[in-house]
Amino acid sequence: MALLSMQNISKTFPGVKALDNVNLDVEQGKIHAVVGENGAGKSTLMKVLSGVYPHGHYDGEILFEGEPVRFSGISDSERQGIIIIHQELALVPQLSIAENIFLGNECASSGIIDWRQTNRRTEELLAKVGLGEAPSTLVDNIGVGKQQLVEIAKALSKDVKLLILDEPTAALQENDSRKLLDLMLELKEQGVTSIIISHKLNEVRYVADSVTVIRDGMTVSNLDATGGLSEDDIVRDMVGRDMTHRFPEHVRSPGKVLLEVRDWNVWHPEHTERQVIKEASFNVRAGEVVGIAGLMGSGRTELAMSIFGRSYGRNISGSVRLNDNEIDVSTVDRAINAGISYVTEDRKTLGLVLDETIRFNTTLANLNDVSSGPVLNKNEETRVAERFREALAIRTPSVFQKTVNLSGGNQQKVVLAKWLFTSPEVLILDEPTRGIDVGAKYEIYTIINDLAAEGKGVVMISSEMPELLGMCDRIYVMNEGALVGELDAGDASQERIMSLIVNE
Amino acid sequence: MDLDQSDTNPAPQVKTKSIGEYLSSHLRQYGLLFALIAVMAFFQIVTDGTLLRAVNVTNLLLQNSYIIIMALGMLIVIVSGNIDLSVGSVMGFIGALAAVMIVNLDQSVPFTIITCLVVGGIIGAAQGYWVAYWKIPSFIVTLAGMLVFRGLSLWLLEGQSVGPFPKEFQLIATGFVPDIFPVSWGDSLANMLEIRRVKHVNILALSTGIVAAAMVIWIGLRQRAQNKLYGIEDEPRSFFIARNVIVAAALVFVMYKLSLFRGLPNVLITMGVLTLIYAFITETTTIGRRVYALGGNQKAAKLSGIKTERLTFLAFTNMGVLAAAAGLVFAARLNTATPKAGFALELDVIAAVFIGGASMAGGVGTIIGAVVGAFLMGVLNNGMSIMGIGIDYQQMIKGLVLLAAVIFDVYNKNKQG
Repeated sequence: MALLSMQNISKTFPGVKALDNVNLDVEQGKIHAVVGENGAGKSTLMKVLSGVYPHGHYDGEILFEGEPVRFSGISDSERQGIIIIHQELALVPQLSIAENIFLGNECASSGIIDWRQTNRRTEELLAKVGLGEAPSTLVDNIGVGKQQLVEIAKALSKDVKLLILDEPTAALQENDSRKLLDLMLELKEQGVTSIIISHKLNEVRYVADSVTVIRDGMTVSNLDATGGLSEDDIVRDMVGRDMTHRFPEHVRSPGKVLLEVRDWNVWHPEHTERQVIKEASFNVRAGEVVGIAGLMGSGRTELAMSIFGRSYGRNISGSVRLNDNEIDVSTVDRAINAGISYVTEDRKTLGLVLDETIRFNTTLANLNDVSSGPVLNKNEETRVAERFREALAIRTPSVFQKTVNLSGGNQQKVVLAKWLFTSPEVLILDEPTRGIDVGAKYEIYTIINDLAAEGKGVVMISSEMPELLGMCDRIYVMNEGALVGELDAGDASQERIMSLIVNE
Repeated sequence: MDLDQSDTNPAPQVKTKSIGEYLSSHLRQYGLLFALIAVMAFFQIVTDGTLLRAVNVTNLLLQNSYIIIMALGMLIVIVSGNIDLSVGSVMGFIGALAAVMIVNLDQSVPFTIITCLVVGGIIGAAQGYWVAYWKIPSFIVTLAGMLVFRGLSLWLLEGQSVGPFPKEFQLIATGFVPDIFPVSWGDSLANMLEIRRVKHVNILALSTGIVAAAMVIWIGLRQRAQNKLYGIEDEPRSFFIARNVIVAAALVFVMYKLSLFRGLPNVLITMGVLTLIYAFITETTTIGRRVYALGGNQKAAKLSGIKTERLTFLAFTNMGVLAAAAGLVFAARLNTATPKAGFALELDVIAAVFIGGASMAGGVGTIIGAVVGAFLMGVLNNGMSIMGIGIDYQQMIKGLVLLAAVIFDVYNKNKQG
């Protein structure tokens, strides 16, 4: 019997169809995997299922235990026994394991917590998930792997019927991942049905009974995994798509090596024993666009930020050479002066001062060029901002518009303007087209092509493989903090990138 | 799929705003000015004209000088996203230090002044160091500072009041700039204006007022011409004229009142010059720009190559120097240093900055706003005292004014957001 049946689910965001008639059937007592690229629509589907997008905000029907259900919020779906564990864990680090497990659901009578019962039940739950920690241990003091188990124990405390794990092993080490997957299999024996969302096909093969592949918001295939499944089949279904005319034409002839990074090592800023970047070496030629592919959490952003003024990590070692000279990138302003710029993936929290104007943001990283001594020349600032508004086609009535009022694509152009104004030799772009519409993406690609044509080196980090394939001359593949492969544009394909990632 | 930021917001339309629309989108700036005028008009009426008498106008400036001097530094600290609770105590401590140096230890006045300013800077730097480089919340660091320097003042003064100061030192706060124009001119002007109670008009004060008013208008016109050149949306002409006429008239009026009493107080010069310098720093220098970026989005500022730690450190150091300057003015005005000097004064300073439109979250606020905010509080204090309203009611009313100003801010922001 199907425990869950989602039928013809469609969900539209302004301008984008995120889900288009998706069907998902999950059998009672089985583990069902949902796979797809970043942005394929997996998380949106799970948000529909868990009530984050309430009934009425999507089209289609959800049947749970044979009955149609209409959730108005996440607490609604939880009451029915559908519990989702997100990639970013929802635990309060300052509270104990027991307090976290029963948060919002305390063992209490008339507001007074029964600590004895809380601890006893926590111990039972922890035994069930195989976590040998005392209930009073603070969540802050245990690793991510164990926190994941606490989340599962919390789900079990709520009488879970359908457990959804969104990328549960993304932040875990190899053996922690294995433990978690084994726990899923064990829970299956006890009758718990699960959905696992994952990129890691070896894990999917290990636990899943059936697989649904989603691409571009549509169900591509439903595969039965009980008889064994080849990764190639899944990869083909995940990536097959038409990619003509999404990228502006370009002809490039890269020159000599501009930027050369050697043996770059970075450790995690807090978990000092964790090495985030391992012996990464790469180079960028003048007039070349180099891509860095990899999954979220593979260390791409950390690599870029650690190079850009040591903005991430500690115990950083390695060398950065620009035009054959070793350069000092130990602080952000030194990196900028040396000729490196970094456009962050998160333009709202890291890129812009949102409450300030386009003009303010455009000149912020290079105030020296619009001032004489310490005194700003505001007219010159206006001229600069106007110049970039025109060059990058930033759509706004004036450069005195606050950036908070701009659309995502225009905000991204302002961030680009800020960094172009520093006249970099090498520009590192981190997810330059995330969350912006197709038209604005095309414009940003055009800007990137123009930069390369001027002889700048461009590093492009992206989770969208078609974008990398359509734009880059060379692609490095990153996985778990190491650069595991390098492909020339001619040899690269989504299948090859994906298999480099999943075969690690 | 991450589609939280939809990309379909149409670009805002270019259009000339009507006067009503303009007013509602700039309500905050005008609101403050209107509030100050309304409050002054109210007290002028209920005190039967006492509020704007020459003596009282002079008094008003002297009474609020140290608040304003500290508000300049506090504005920068608050814009940077921090707070300084220690300024009242530091001010009191510096006053005590000056008294001990001059009265007990017989040091020269210039040497004492320089030493006090340096010590203020060191105090600010010491607090800023923990905030900037150790990331200890400024609330905690300066709360500690508040207690420490309150204690140090008591210790330094051994619980006693120390004074009086020599004349030379008192001049900082109570002195007036001598009229550079012949006395006979002032006398004849008084005759000409047929002012009965006064037989002499201080021409320096009056002409300063006229020059200042002319400067305000000239700068305003120049700015407006440039805005036009660059196609910057500007306030409607009627607003521009009204605002400048009000400001210019107010300047001339205040200076006229001063000219009928004893002329320009030394403190006013100090205060005016400092205000101009800090307005310039915050609006048209790279360091000022960086402070706003730091308060607006610290992470983005840091990733733009701004040395955020050093800026925070400097903001507190600067605050220390200004608190010291205020301490000297305060001590000179009272002509004695008492262990209670500056008690709870930090709250008045902080209130002035918030009434002036600064945001607790940082990144927002202007020097002029802070100064007007301080004057608003000052007029409230002064007016209520003249009316004989008890200190109990005064406190309540001041508290409600602060709350109302901030509610007004938040309401405006929500409406626009």
